[in-house]
Amino acid sequence: MKLAYWMYAGPAHIGTLRVASSFRNVHAIMHAPLGDDYFNVMRSMLERERDFTPVTASVVDRHVLARGSRDKVVSNISRKGEEQRPDLIVLTPTCTSSILQEDLQNFVDRASLYSESDVILADVNHYRVNELQASDKTLEQIVRYYLDRASKEGMSNRSLTDAPSANIIGILTPGFHNQHDCRELKRLLGELGVSINQIIPEGEFLKNLKDLPRAWFNTVPYREMGLMSATFLEKEYGMPYISTTPIGISNAADFITQVEKLLNLWAPVLLGRKLNYDLYVENQTKFVSQAAWFSKSIDCQNLAGKEAVVFGDATHAASITKILAGEMGIRVSCSGTYCKHDVGRFNEQVQGLCDEVLITEDHTEVGDTIARIEPSAIFGTQMERHIGKRIDIPCGVISSPVHIQNFPLGYRPFLGYEGTNQIADLIYNSFNLGMEDHSLDVFGGHDTKGISTKSLSDKKNIDWSPEAESEPKRIPGFVRGKIKRNTEVFAKQNNISEVTIDVMYAAKERSSP
Amino acid sequence: MKTPETLAFECETGNYHTFCPISCVAWLYQKIEDSFFLVVGTKTRGYFLQNALGVTIFAEPRYAMAELEEGDISAQLNDQKELEKICLQIRDDRNPSVIIWIGTCTTEIVKMDLEGIAPKLEKQIGIPIVVARANGLDYAFTQGEDTALAAMAHRCPEYKHCKTNRQGEIGRIGIQTTSDNKSPSQGSELTRSNLVLFGSLPSSVASQLNLELKRQSIYVSGWLPSQKYDELPGLGEGVYVCGVNPFLSRTATTLMRRRKCQLIGAPFPIGPDGTRAWIEKICSVLNINPDGLEERESLIWKNIEDYIQVITGKSVFFMGDNLLEISMARFSIRCGMIVYEIGIPYMDRRYQAAELLLLQQTCVRMKAPLPRIVEKPDNYGQVQRMQEMKPHLAITGMAHANPLEARNIDTKWSVEFTFAQIHGSSNARDILELVTRPLRRGGGFTPGFRSLSKQTIGG
Repeated sequence: MKLAYWMYAGPAHIGTLRVASSFRNVHAIMHAPLGDDYFNVMRSMLERERDFTPVTASVVDRHVLARGSRDKVVSNISRKGEEQRPDLIVLTPTCTSSILQEDLQNFVDRASLYSESDVILADVNHYRVNELQASDKTLEQIVRYYLDRASKEGMSNRSLTDAPSANIIGILTPGFHNQHDCRELKRLLGELGVSINQIIPEGEFLKNLKDLPRAWFNTVPYREMGLMSATFLEKEYGMPYISTTPIGISNAADFITQVEKLLNLWAPVLLGRKLNYDLYVENQTKFVSQAAWFSKSIDCQNLAGKEAVVFGDATHAASITKILAGEMGIRVSCSGTYCKHDVGRFNEQVQGLCDEVLITEDHTEVGDTIARIEPSAIFGTQMERHIGKRIDIPCGVISSPVHIQNFPLGYRPFLGYEGTNQIADLIYNSFNLGMEDHSLDVFGGHDTKGISTKSLSDKKNIDWSPEAESEPKRIPGFVRGKIKRNTEVFAKQNNISEVTIDVMYAAKERSSP
Repeated sequence: MKTPETLAFECETGNYHTFCPISCVAWLYQKIEDSFFLVVGTKTRGYFLQNALGVTIFAEPRYAMAELEEGDISAQLNDQKELEKICLQIRDDRNPSVIIWIGTCTTEIVKMDLEGIAPKLEKQIGIPIVVARANGLDYAFTQGEDTALAAMAHRCPEYKHCKTNRQGEIGRIGIQTTSDNKSPSQGSELTRSNLVLFGSLPSSVASQLNLELKRQSIYVSGWLPSQKYDELPGLGEGVYVCGVNPFLSRTATTLMRRRKCQLIGAPFPIGPDGTRAWIEKICSVLNINPDGLEERESLIWKNIEDYIQVITGKSVFFMGDNLLEISMARFSIRCGMIVYEIGIPYMDRRYQAAELLLLQQTCVRMKAPLPRIVEKPDNYGQVQRMQEMKPHLAITGMAHANPLEARNIDTKWSVEFTFAQIHGSSNARDILELVTRPLRRGGGFTPGFRSLSKQTIGG
């Protein structure tokens, strides 16, 4: 047992549900007690989804404990199959059901006899993997399932597309700026003359998965999700993949070089020429991305040597560290991640770019580190934003756990050349806010102290009984003033000289909006 | 009053969306100021809490998870030792007056003996430990509070029956000592009887209800829960208890059977009609002639006339997730709305008897059809029904709110009713403010512009 107030990565079934509900026409059935379908709320609220989240629960209650799920799961699966005709139903175990140790695989086998939909059991262990690892695993499981079936039925198509093409693997619902990143990545590849074969899982139909191997290569923008599928495709179908995240100018250039290398394996044969993107990279860096110029400008000069702390998932924390230290000359005092399962790679990436590396899932440890270092700015998750609030240090949010504000309506990619602009803004604004506050303090703050309130109170006319005086203290601060004012107006109108609790509530009952 | 029909109850599959009952820690930890809530469970619970409670999680809340790991599930680790370690840590960090353990589905399934371990640890660390099993196997959402209050009812000091009733503070009574320093002095013309109200309400709402009763010369001797753990009210024979929320049936049962209190079964003080009926029932039990209630009620109705105009004749569909549905529907009907369906997770017909009767009477009075009451609803079926009936408003959880809006059904997020101040006459405006918001918003757009938000999603 451990005492925990907060966790960076969610439980395993969340990862499975994210993958299942990202594909088109896939339904997930959770074997879970009442109230565990909170994922539906998150998706509906965070992504402002217009459609019902395709996740239902096969509710585990006392009867299930007493007699086992028996036919309940099976009938729920076949019922859902009839109601909504999904292509695939993913039976999702939860931590509760994994303790019950029921033979869910048996249920799945039975249900697939009756159901017209395909049925699979998500193969994740709740006590060993977290949300990110589970999403990686589930995606691989689904990809493997459909590709194996296609090759069994002789339907698999391994001929490369005529023009260069790529798959994007690992775009998920609710993911941190995933939608915008996906659009930017599509654009980037498009400009390189690479068409998109498939994007999985987001918005893809399962029946199309058999054509996955037709792409020339795979890209995995986030290491946390999709790497397993990419390695599976490499092993079974010989598809190369790029796991470099094109966040930041140097990473983007690195990414493009790798694309060039992979394309040139086939280009001389299929296209009859070799590809070279040097000029493209140069143009983008100089003219599309403002980030390179920004790091040269006076603004960025002012940031040189300032201290920052970075914390987030492995992909984002490593990339941002690279940008801060490598591209902007900011001193990263500490860079860390909560992705304990990917430590080796993270260490390798941030080596030499920061003073210390922090690997932890405990937010208090992160908080203490930040408090000790007292950086000028923090780049972290929503939790670090609040840590920053408490100790008055500005924070730019660069990584999940997600929050409604990480689903902006406007275009805010982190990837690609537009992403470099967004990140430069984020970094500059964070530092600058802190400096602004600091100089305000130095010059004595906003000069607003002399302004009197809009209160209508006139102490000479109206007295508050001691009882009533204490009452407003129970009212939330932001409405307190208004209530006090309304009460006094009411008292005046009714010629009441002393405000008692009765008068307060009488005023409340009368007040019109 | 004779009613032509009786209410029809149906029961569906129980495939509905609601919050896990452990969410009660969100409001209970704020209510009981010196408490610490420890949820014993897995990552799933923690994830739910941190997401459902949003920003409060950043405010150093007085709750935490005792997160179970593989070793705990397979009993390689000793539960008592593990809990001791964690509770000592809490004691050192926060020094609460009480630690409340919230048992979850996981502790149920692995049969962790929380009730057995608690008294041992309590002695060892010197802080009372209350155990509430608020798990999703048995309960829905607000019922979590019910289990917590039922557990706390056992910790209330014993009220020694005195002929002269007393007034004032209960006195600071430690939980181990059953009863001491009860001064039966301070007699007042207010005190007719010993009345304890149960249900967690924001303190300003609690004092509004106290005040409503004070108008009838009834003194409320205490609340379960109280603001501080060591101010829990005295309970025992001769104490009247009355609930303020419809989901407190276990607490009511515990108070009656275990603490020998007398339950006043009344409708709940939600809406001016409910508040009046609630006060009248308490008065009738305590042999008091209610004074000025009718005028007061009609005054409140007059004051909310503007809101009522917005909703009269509109139809509403309660999907059901927090057990406030019957009272809310009754109030809506009284406001002139037509209720198509009342979904509700669990229906205790005995505890809610008076409320159900009032609902029936209200339907007759307003010449409204009796709504169907659906226990353990099936959300999928409900959405199908809603697409046929096309209600003006759906009261629903957040999982369905956006998709329904996209299908042109205005929605109000039901959880707001659990957190907003809805009790007592004074808060009638607040309820209607919430209920009418989606409807007012619809009408407020410039004609012609509304079509911009029309969605194209079909069936």
